[in-house]
Amino acid sequence: MPRLQDIAVKVESPDGTQNSHGNALPILHEIHHALQRFSSEGEYCCIDLRSLPFGPGDEEQLLQLLGRGEIHVTMDALGESTIWETAFSGVWIVDHRNAEGERVALQIEIGSVPKIVFSQQEDIVDAIDRLEAKLKEH
Amino acid sequence: MSTSIDFLLWVRGPGFDIALFIFVVGVLIRLLEVLILGRKADYSEPRGAELGAGLLTLVTRTAPEGGSFKRSPFTVVGGYIWHIGFLISLFLFVPHIELIDSVLGIRWPGIASNLVDAIAAVTIVTLVAMLFSRLTHPVKRFLSGPEDYLTWVVTFLPMLTGYLAYHRMIDPYPLVLGLHILSVELLMVLFPFTKLMHAFTFIIARWYNGAMAGRRGVQS
Amino acid sequence: MADDLKKLSMTLGESLRQQGVSRRGFLKYCAATASMMALPPTMVPAIAQALEKAKRPSVIWLSFQECTGCTESLTRSHSPSVENLIFDHISLDYHHTLQVASGDAAEAAREAAMHENEGKYIVVVDGSIPLANPGYSAIAGISNLQMLEETVAGAAAVVAVGSCAAFGGLPHANPNPTGAVSVGEIVKDKPVVNVSGCPPIPTVITGVLAHFLTFGSLPELDALGRPMVFFGQSIHDRCYRRPFYDKGLFAETFDDEGARKGWCLFRLGCKGPMTYNACATAKWNQGTSWPVESGHGCLGCSEPDFWDAGGFYNALSIPDSDLTRKTGYVVGAGVALGAAAGALNRSTRAKAAAQHETVTIDDLDKKS
Repeated sequence: MPRLQDIAVKVESPDGTQNSHGNALPILHEIHHALQRFSSEGEYCCIDLRSLPFGPGDEEQLLQLLGRGEIHVTMDALGESTIWETAFSGVWIVDHRNAEGERVALQIEIGSVPKIVFSQQEDIVDAIDRLEAKLKEH
Repeated sequence: MSTSIDFLLWVRGPGFDIALFIFVVGVLIRLLEVLILGRKADYSEPRGAELGAGLLTLVTRTAPEGGSFKRSPFTVVGGYIWHIGFLISLFLFVPHIELIDSVLGIRWPGIASNLVDAIAAVTIVTLVAMLFSRLTHPVKRFLSGPEDYLTWVVTFLPMLTGYLAYHRMIDPYPLVLGLHILSVELLMVLFPFTKLMHAFTFIIARWYNGAMAGRRGVQS
Repeated sequence: MADDLKKLSMTLGESLRQQGVSRRGFLKYCAATASMMALPPTMVPAIAQALEKAKRPSVIWLSFQECTGCTESLTRSHSPSVENLIFDHISLDYHHTLQVASGDAAEAAREAAMHENEGKYIVVVDGSIPLANPGYSAIAGISNLQMLEETVAGAAAVVAVGSCAAFGGLPHANPNPTGAVSVGEIVKDKPVVNVSGCPPIPTVITGVLAHFLTFGSLPELDALGRPMVFFGQSIHDRCYRRPFYDKGLFAETFDDEGARKGWCLFRLGCKGPMTYNACATAKWNQGTSWPVESGHGCLGCSEPDFWDAGGFYNALSIPDSDLTRKTGYVVGAGVALGAAAGALNRSTRAKAAAQHETVTIDDLDKKS
C-alpha cells in the first residue's frame, strides 16, 4: 500500500481552464446549418444541450465560443431564467433555472427572438381582465 | 429470468471454464502423444548439425516458396493477409490483452482499437474471398472435406461476431458480446481435434524437416 | 376535503393558473419537462397542450426489500423539484418513508387512494419481494407479496423503481437467501416499467411519471422493460471518453498519467459497454458529474445481476472463471493425460514390433 505522500500529485494549471473533449465543435456545425436554414427558409430551431453527452469543459467551451451579443434578458417566472443573444446574431441561449437557482433546462434557440420572450396570448387575455378591474377601481 | 446478461454470465463463467479445460488438456494430449512417441534412433554418421538447420527452417518456411506463389498467388497472399490479420486482432486488441493477462499473467502493449477494427475488416473480407475461392476453384473444391469447411466456420465466427460486437450492431450488447465469446469457445473446443492444431504442430514439423536435412547435410 | 376533491378534479393547467403561474412560466415548466423526458424541444407545444388538460394521477409508493436509496435519489430530483412533482404533477397518496401518517392511518390512506382511483392509479415499487418466507419483510403485518398483489389489482400501471424492484437487485444476489424476486415476476397482468439503477437517476424516475401524466400512456420500453428514451443507448456509446477507447488510450491505475488525462477506464473495470442508462447525459447531483467523469468506471448498476457479474475492477473482457486461477491443475491434467496417451502409443508400437513376423518368399508362395 503506498502512503499518501508517495502518491505523486500533479498541479493543474492555475487559470482553471479545463481541456474540452471536442464535443463543442459538432454542435457549432449544427448551429451553423440551423442558422443557414433560418436565414433562407425561416425555419426555427431549438437544441436541448442537456441531451448531449458533454464532458467536463465542453459546455464552457461552447458558450465561450458563442460569446455574448447585444441583448440580455432576465425572465422571472417559476425562478429566474436568463436569455441572451450570442455574438452570432440569431443564435440565442436560454438558461432556465428553478426557484432554487438550479438549472432545469439549457437550450440554444435559432430565430429572431426566443419564443418564450414574446408576450403570450393567454397572459394578454388575463392582462386585459386585470386592466379592466384596475380601471373599475378608479 | 433468462436474459442476455444471464447468457453473457454463462459464457464468461462456466462456458469459458469448459472451453479452456478442453483446449488446454486437448492441446497437451495431442502434443505429448506426438513428442513421446519419438523417432527411431538414427545410427548413421551425421554430416551436419541439426540445431541450426532446424531453427533456420522454422523461419525460411514462413516465406512462400517461389513456385507455389507463381502458380497460385491468390491463395498465398490471401493466406498471409488473413493469418496476420487474425493474429493482430487476437493479440493486439486491448480487451484481449486484458483477458490473456488475467489467464496467463503476461501482458504487452496493444494498438489503437480503430486500427484493429480496420485490420479485422480486411481479415473478414479476405476470409470470405478464401472460402469463395475454395468453393469455385475445381482443384481446391475437390481437395476440401467437411473438416476444411468446419474450421473455416469456427475461425470466421469469432472475427465476425467480434466485429459486430465492436460496432454494437446487435442489440443488446451483452448478447453480441456473449455470442463473440461463445464463438471463441467453440474454436477452443474444436481446436485440438482438427487441423487447427497446426498453430502448434507447425513448429515440430518444420523443426523436424530442417533438422533431418541438416543432419544429412542437405538443404531443407 | 371539498377543496382537496376540487383540486384533484382540476387539470394541471387550471391548477397552475390558479397558483398565479403565467403562460411563460408554464412554457418554461414544459421545456423542463421535455428535457427531463429526453424529448426534443420541438415537442414542447405538444407537451404544453397535453399538460394543460392533464389530471394529477394518484400514486401509491410501496417499499419492500430496499435500502431507501431510490427514495433518497428521488427526493434529490431537481427539475422540476420533488415538491413540484408531488404537489403539481402527481398526487402521492402513500409513501411510508415520506408520509407523516403512520400505522393504521397510513394503511387507511393507501386503501382510500386505491378505492377512489380504482383502475387509474399508478403503483411505484422500490425493493424486491421475498418469496422464501413472507416474514422476511412485512409492513403493518402485511407481507410484501400480499401488499403488492392487492395494491396492483386496481392499478393502471406499475413502475418498478431501482434494480431491486426491476431485477431483484442486491437481495437477489447469490445465494439469494430471501428468495427475492422482481416486481415483473409477480405482476403479469399489468404493464410494468422498469426504471433500473442503484439508485436510478432521479430525473429518469420523474421523467417516467411525467410521461404518464403528459401522454396518459407509458413510454416505449426495451427488452428488459426499461424506457427506451433513457435506456436506449449504452453508457459507452454516450461516454465523452469514448474517443480514448477508440484510440487505445487507457488509464491503467487510478492515479497514473492516463487517469489524470481522463483516458478510457475500460481496463479498470468500466462496465459501460454492457450498461444501458442515461448517466452520460442526465448526470448526477444537479447535473454536476457522473461516475466516469469523476474518474471511476461504470459498475453496470442498471443491468440485471450486476452484483454477480464478476469483479467491479475487472475489465469486461476478463472471464469470471475459477479455472483460470487453477491453470496449473489443468496443465497438470493435460500433461498426465498426454503422457498416458504417449505411453499407450509407445506400447502399441512396441507390441506391433514384437508381433511382427518375418515373411519369406516361400511363405508368400504358400499362401497364394
